[in-house]
Amino acid sequence: MKEVVRKGCTVFSDHGPAFGWDGGLLRKGGRVIKETQLTGEYGAVLEKEQRSFMTGNEVVAWAALAAEADFMYGYPITPQNEIMHYWSRLAPHFGRGFLQTEDEMAAGFAMLGGALVGKKTFCATAGPGNILMQEPIAMAEMMQIPGVWIIQQRGGPSTATVIYSQQELRLTTAGGNGEGLRIVYSTASHQELFEYTIKAFNRAWQYRFPTFVLGDGYQAKLREAVTLFRPAAKGWTLIPAEPLVRGPGIPALDREPVHLRNTFNIEEELYARLEEQLAAYERLTPEVVEWEVEVGPETEVLLVAHGIVARAAKQAQKMLNQQGQKVGYFRPITVRPFPGTALRQAVGANPNLRLLVVESAYGQLLSMVKAELYGLTNPIDTLLKPGVGVTAEEIVATVTKRAPKEVCHGG
Amino acid sequence: MADEKSTVVREPTKNPNMPLSWRKETKPHRFCPGCGHAMALKALGEVVDELGILDRVLYGCDIGCSLLSWDFFNFDSVQTHHGRTIPVVVGAKRARPETIGIAYMGDGGGYAIGAQHLVNAAQRGDQITAILANNTLYAMTGGQLAPTTLPGQKTGTTPYGREVRKTGSPLQGPELVAAIAPAGAYVARGTVGEYQQLKGYLKKALRNQMEGRGFSFVEVLSTCPTNWRTNAKDTWAFLQGEMARYFKVGELRVPEPAAPGEEE
Repeated sequence: MKEVVRKGCTVFSDHGPAFGWDGGLLRKGGRVIKETQLTGEYGAVLEKEQRSFMTGNEVVAWAALAAEADFMYGYPITPQNEIMHYWSRLAPHFGRGFLQTEDEMAAGFAMLGGALVGKKTFCATAGPGNILMQEPIAMAEMMQIPGVWIIQQRGGPSTATVIYSQQELRLTTAGGNGEGLRIVYSTASHQELFEYTIKAFNRAWQYRFPTFVLGDGYQAKLREAVTLFRPAAKGWTLIPAEPLVRGPGIPALDREPVHLRNTFNIEEELYARLEEQLAAYERLTPEVVEWEVEVGPETEVLLVAHGIVARAAKQAQKMLNQQGQKVGYFRPITVRPFPGTALRQAVGANPNLRLLVVESAYGQLLSMVKAELYGLTNPIDTLLKPGVGVTAEEIVATVTKRAPKEVCHGG
Repeated sequence: MADEKSTVVREPTKNPNMPLSWRKETKPHRFCPGCGHAMALKALGEVVDELGILDRVLYGCDIGCSLLSWDFFNFDSVQTHHGRTIPVVVGAKRARPETIGIAYMGDGGGYAIGAQHLVNAAQRGDQITAILANNTLYAMTGGQLAPTTLPGQKTGTTPYGREVRKTGSPLQGPELVAAIAPAGAYVARGTVGEYQQLKGYLKKALRNQMEGRGFSFVEVLSTCPTNWRTNAKDTWAFLQGEMARYFKVGELRVPEPAAPGEEE
């Protein structure tokens, strides 16, 4: 009954996602990097594909290593701390660097300094740390300095909980004092944490917009199976970092000196710059957007969720379909840029389709969905649980309460 | 000093007499007449020339008037956010240690909004050179109270003069840095009123970094006639009088053994 559409590089099998790089695009700007020379006891780990059972934070550290990240600048905040722990443990064995800074602003700005001189830099943060991090991210956005940020969402607002939420969706996609020109991947499993972290480095250095892996405390702390590998072993091309300052040659003699700024004298000067950037962002959008969708002409209810909640939604979909209900599923993988065209296509063909937006936040995903569906009249139901997890059973109960008759007569 | 014949209009194409590190395409500079930044930056440019490190420098400038130096030099430069120049330069230095990292800022950037970065970079012994222009107020935003505003000094937000009881005493930045920086630090306070001395301090601060000794910090007593609302004579008097009395010029930390060339 359902048409299954898959997009981009993620192909889901029964055993979870297997990764295939969408090669043409990535090879265009880059070159094949020779495999990292790994040594000592750590060398064996990525020598060949390895099945592991570990926490999400540990997965991210391995992914950054596999992505040939050069330097992490970090500041402690739960629930991302173990990314720093594992990275600082691994880094010296691979000639990579780590600096614990005085706060998240320093970490973010130090990242920009490292990226400016041509190194692949990253950081991980959460909650109030994510708020402070918006300042350097705004500068990265304005000056198109690449960088990768891992966000392990915790409860909000304020200190709230150290545990879990999806309440940093808005901040991560649209924080700062500008237009939110960022690329944000919302992951749902450890395999995705590994693969999208690697991918985030490529996207960041390809497009030079701040790039994020949006995880959460559950993904950070839970242990599950993951397959680690070297990108080269899969034929993935890593895009090299190039210095934006301190490139070859003597400034003023061999070449013009590089002068970078984020301040402009007049409105029109800024506007001209933003027009260029917005056009670049519009161009990258179709190349970058990723989503999962299962929908057909008979679908009556479309579950919409992102991140780890999408796992519950997928499970709920299966349970409901087994009960004979006609339930579909839509998951944005890039929450910025948002796969709006795909969502509209999934919904627009069927005026009787009812949506159920599910998230661990109070309408942050919902507002994105509504903006994308402007003009359509499909009813939207919600299951909004800010700061707490959502189970498949809750989603099933929510759908069952309304379906099937309400769906038919609703709207 | 080069500008003693200040009544003569200088033609930039003719006899520029500028350091190689100075970018003549962006001269005349954008600072107000009488601003101390130009003098401090001239000294810096000359020192970079003398040390022959033009190709290794990454120059970072802050928000505030110092941002007007973003294209001042012929070396690679990046303008950052208010107070955040130190972490940007630290990040670059850590990632590529052969870089000569220069973080240039004002007293607001270094002692208020970015004080944590100054304190921690100093405390970690980050091998960068931080140069801070102290003109006792926030100049670009219209002359407000700074951590360095002198007791009784009138600013936009202390219209009746700074009251120590309410807003504290002027921060002694080099004294703070000298107290917390580990061995190998170079810390000095110079003034645009003593150009050759200032140049010497800047040179030692850069040499200290080149030799990998530790954190280097030079505060430069600077002038702001625009916000001080002073004429040339009163500007000079305030710099050499009130400011110099409160902020003692000199070297606070010199690494042992002395860096080569220190005798000059």
